[in-house]
Amino acid sequence: MTQNIAFELVSPEDRLVSEPVSMAILPGEEGEFGVGANHSALVAALKPGVVELYKNDEKEPFRKIFIAGGFADVTGESCTVLAEEAVNVDDLKQDSLESTLKDLMEDIAHATDEVEKKRLRRRVDMTKARISALTGRLAL
Amino acid sequence: MPSLRDYRDRIVSVKSTRKITSAMKMVAASKLRRAQEHAQASQPYAQAMAAMLARVARNVIVTDTSSKLLVGTGSEQRHLLVVVTADRGLCGGFNANVVRAARLKAAELLADGRDVSLVCVGRKGRDVLRRTHGSRILQSFLGLMGASKIEFAQANEVTEFVLEKFEAGEFDVCTLIYNEFVSVLVQKPVVQQLIPFNLPELAQTGDVALTEETTDSPYSFEPEEELILNALLPRNISVQIYRALLDSAAGEHAARMTAMENATRNAGDMIKGLTLKYNRARQAYITKELIEIISGAEAV
Repeated sequence: MTQNIAFELVSPEDRLVSEPVSMAILPGEEGEFGVGANHSALVAALKPGVVELYKNDEKEPFRKIFIAGGFADVTGESCTVLAEEAVNVDDLKQDSLESTLKDLMEDIAHATDEVEKKRLRRRVDMTKARISALTGRLAL
Repeated sequence: MPSLRDYRDRIVSVKSTRKITSAMKMVAASKLRRAQEHAQASQPYAQAMAAMLARVARNVIVTDTSSKLLVGTGSEQRHLLVVVTADRGLCGGFNANVVRAARLKAAELLADGRDVSLVCVGRKGRDVLRRTHGSRILQSFLGLMGASKIEFAQANEVTEFVLEKFEAGEFDVCTLIYNEFVSVLVQKPVVQQLIPFNLPELAQTGDVALTEETTDSPYSFEPEEELILNALLPRNISVQIYRALLDSAAGEHAARMTAMENATRNAGDMIKGLTLKYNRARQAYITKELIEIISGAEAV
């Protein structure tokens, strides 16, 4: 039995996860990293990607959550992730994401406003990150 | 002297008004519950953000090269006020209170010879402020407060606008004015400075759970603390604005509920008074007719 670490994932709109895990893998801005019990104190910026949660030394993560960037606050006993936006990977649908991406591309082509374009481009990046979160999982 | 018919018509009209106000009260009550839930759901994030900021800020030495969001632009000449009101009225003094606070603040700054510009969130505030400060309103965000749920992305639109203007160097100090939800009966207008960000204040309001042991422990930062802080500060502004919007939404429904409850009660009192008058007039009318008949009979 390994030691657990209290894991919390909060988004501005909700507290999504609050439970002990044996390990969490976070998409750090400078590369993915795992967090377990007694991890050294760390504050890290996160890029859009997938958070994987493991329980009891199992090989497969029991939960995967896509986050659209955020921050992680790690102490020896707890790990708190502040996500800007979070969705369960299982809730992502590849077809709908791809059609959203296509729509967004069309919108960009039609957009004339520079600010509007910037906003759309960011949404495109987000959607792409989501698709790769999904397909990356399928490829593995 | 109003006729019986006049009384009857007024009673009918007040009764239908009462129906409307009591329905509005019920709607406001259910919306209030939802708004409160949302406000509560956003708490953990805001707390975690405050704790993290406090933690990072301890490890950063503030220098002239630090983010302008933290140290300011070195001037206090141009002020931006973000005024959060409701989109709709019929909620007592809710909007008027915020607008009054905003006007006071603006007048105070103008008296000091500072420049003031405004950003209005909510239709009511814009409508009122447009009359006195029309040329100073940079932008208005409407339709945000009416939605059944305020999304974080919507709050972000406001933040993005503010940050864009700040980066473009259009103002030095940003202040947020909104109604804080104290309780269902009390909403307090709050004037809160957003930019430059007040760190010492944060250390006090920050996470109490940060005991000495944890504050002294060496934190590692990835990337460096400066970069993290620079990324955290704009996030924190979104969180503050989001919280202001949620508080304001909950306050709006609470204020409307109270106002409508009072209106319903007043309508009830009015109906009682009118019914009394109506009955009296009716009796007087009957008595008069009787007297006429009797005196007519006597004359024969």
